[in-house]
Amino acid sequence: MLIVLGRRLANVIPTLLAVVALVFLLFSVLPGSFISGMNEDGRSTIDPAVMERMRKEMGLDDPLVERFAKYVAATATGDLGTSFRTREPVTKMLAVRIWPSLKLVLAAMTFAILVGVTLGFLAALKPGSLIDTAAMVGAISGLSLSQFWFGLMLMYLFALKLQWLPSFGYGDGGLRNLILPAIALGVGPMALLARTTRAAVLDVLNADFVRTARSKGMSERRVVEWHVLRNALVLVITIVGLQFGSLMGQAVVVEKLFAWPGVGSLMVDSVFQRDMPTVQGCILMIVLFFLVINTLVDIAYVVIDPRIRYR
Amino acid sequence: MRKLAWLAVAAIAVIGAGAANAQQTPRKGGTLRMTAPYAASFGSLDPHVTPRAQDDIVGKALQRSLYNWDTAANKLTLELAKSVTASADGLTYTYKLRDDAFFHNGRKMTADDVIFSFTRIMDGSKGYPGARYVRLIKGAVDVEKGTAKEISGLKKIDDYTLEMTITDRVDPGYYFFGGSTAILPKEEVEKGNYASNPVGLGPFKFKEHIPGSRVVMDRFDKFYKTGQPYLDKLEVLIMAEAAARDVAFRNKEIDTSILGPAQYVAYRADPQLSKGILEVAEMFTRSTHINLNSIKPFQDKRVRQAINYAIDSNLIISRLVKDKAYRATSWLPPSSAAFDKTMKPYPYDPEKAKKLLAEAGYPNGFEFEWTTSQNESWGLPIVEAVIPMLARVGIKAKPKLVEVTVLTEILMKGDHQTLIASSLTGPDSLATLRCYYSRTPRTACNYTGFNNADFDKLLDDAAQEGDMAKRDEILKKANNLLYEEAPVWFFNYNKAVLAFQPWVHGLQPNPTEITHQYPENIWVDASSPAK
Repeated sequence: MLIVLGRRLANVIPTLLAVVALVFLLFSVLPGSFISGMNEDGRSTIDPAVMERMRKEMGLDDPLVERFAKYVAATATGDLGTSFRTREPVTKMLAVRIWPSLKLVLAAMTFAILVGVTLGFLAALKPGSLIDTAAMVGAISGLSLSQFWFGLMLMYLFALKLQWLPSFGYGDGGLRNLILPAIALGVGPMALLARTTRAAVLDVLNADFVRTARSKGMSERRVVEWHVLRNALVLVITIVGLQFGSLMGQAVVVEKLFAWPGVGSLMVDSVFQRDMPTVQGCILMIVLFFLVINTLVDIAYVVIDPRIRYR
Repeated sequence: MRKLAWLAVAAIAVIGAGAANAQQTPRKGGTLRMTAPYAASFGSLDPHVTPRAQDDIVGKALQRSLYNWDTAANKLTLELAKSVTASADGLTYTYKLRDDAFFHNGRKMTADDVIFSFTRIMDGSKGYPGARYVRLIKGAVDVEKGTAKEISGLKKIDDYTLEMTITDRVDPGYYFFGGSTAILPKEEVEKGNYASNPVGLGPFKFKEHIPGSRVVMDRFDKFYKTGQPYLDKLEVLIMAEAAARDVAFRNKEIDTSILGPAQYVAYRADPQLSKGILEVAEMFTRSTHINLNSIKPFQDKRVRQAINYAIDSNLIISRLVKDKAYRATSWLPPSSAAFDKTMKPYPYDPEKAKKLLAEAGYPNGFEFEWTTSQNESWGLPIVEAVIPMLARVGIKAKPKLVEVTVLTEILMKGDHQTLIASSLTGPDSLATLRCYYSRTPRTACNYTGFNNADFDKLLDDAAQEGDMAKRDEILKKANNLLYEEAPVWFFNYNKAVLAFQPWVHGLQPNPTEITHQYPENIWVDASSPAK
């Protein structure tokens, strides 16, 4: 297990380095700079002399290779640089955004797993039934929905019409403000999980060892609990891991719509305003999260299915 | 007087409760929930660091500058000084500062704080945006260059008297009313975490900032305006999505909301919502900058005028912008004292456009590239509507779509033939018109490369004129000359629209930026649901 962990962690560093290099390269060819981005709302003016000072202060005139080398060296020591926009350390800005982001992603994934896996499981147990049809129609709809539109509909129904929940904001960070953005974010993974679970369970139900178990006279309930569930879980966990890992990056639209103070909304603002250190920090955070979750999934495989071995 | 009355009607239209509100006695207490619509976060709560309109929404509550904008009088007014006297040459100003202005940490503001703040802004190693304004003061540039530690043009006479010597005969109010020149307390700034714990002179003191979500402020009891502020608490909630703001406003979760064109139509049509709409002609002129040095046809005034005649601007404003704009009748906005109310906009006259093109030697028209962003009010939708109108007179326009972030950079480099954008055109009319002064570099704001000796002469005369009323008359001529020369397609002035709940009173139709409310004037009645 420790070897698995070690190998995974060893992969993290080159992956992060590649991501940093890619983002650096992308921003170097992207038109516009932080200085011109300051007037992105068309409501500000900056004079050329101030712009020159800012470019100098922020090192924007240094050669790309030099900036990249400096950034990598600083990042290695945990220093993600200073935001062009706020002039605060990026690590400080990320620190206050991580918890709201994690909370949102965890809540969305909890919703997706509870609803998606349950629906997929019930659909697979009774293929062709009304439950199956309804669950799969729901799943396809969930996959096709735009987060923005679905989020707005949630606001409209649960906030404006039913008055059950607040339509936006972080509030006191409690559950009431979390529910709607979590559902809006979780509906895509929920739909995918429902379809995957159904396919995985159906696959296992038709496997030889399940037929053998049934022929031995094992009750259907025990067959499902002992054989089907555990074997189907391997595929489900893969999807959970992939979705979970990428959810922080996908949260951009939902965070902006619901005014949720996570890493995603920070990143989108920073991209528009070409605040490169902050964009780099956000992407690093999202990639790191993805890698950690996938490492945990790899470990989970071994725990769930002892046949899986990493060499 | 007639001018003021006209401005009140044309530039400031307050629909709904305005008049009735003015007669009510403000109620003390309550919470106001304003929204910050321009981004998904605030840049910084340190006002010297940021030039962004979004950040100054909070800044107006926490901070104060030497001057402010008096919306009712439509002019600048002293804020942190009780009086000011100018020398005969118009270059030295002596301010009698307020002796009743306290910072939120309990200390009284003195002349030292003004000197500290302006000196900080000129720190050349930092590139603070406000430097463009403070540079007006004699010796400020030396501090910026690092050749001096103190601004020689700032002299403390006593704790509450400050002498300021400036380098240009301009009204310093235009330079020192924005948030980027706010007066800050040295001891708080030097603690090193000012943006996390801002201490200012404003009517509200900082309580909480959840980045990406909200800023919460409490009433500051020692604010210098007697009896103000009225509110106990002010929340500024970040809401960048218009559709989400709409739901929240209808659900009474927020008290104010900026409206876009689509919502403007819906709110005006709604019997309840239409009672709470505040409108103002903001000091933003939407236009297409014609780069006079890019292609030969643009060097001919008749061609530029033909473009203005060929476009049915009124139709576009009505159909696409949903009447959320005022037709531009010059470069300066209607709230400018140098605006000429007798000016008529270019009429839609394709025949005249064709005639002018023929006279200029382009009877079959010509082709040009039109740089645009995706902006719904001054971007691609407008360009797409105009292209067939220009085609009717033989002009072929090819749109070039770019991200809004890069517009300023393109303008500065001159990498455009024409470019549609929104430009800040106030409140300083002289500074605004200097964008067409021949010696103003393109990087500063002469994006059209305009060069006209008569215009330059008028601006030189205006700069020399000490009498502000006479100066405005000269600037009016310059503005009219610019309209005649047509270095831009004059499209519209932004009509900013702020929706407000029925329990909110005292909002100001601020033409410099409608979201910039002086919150000490705002109060909420007992029907407000906010805790």
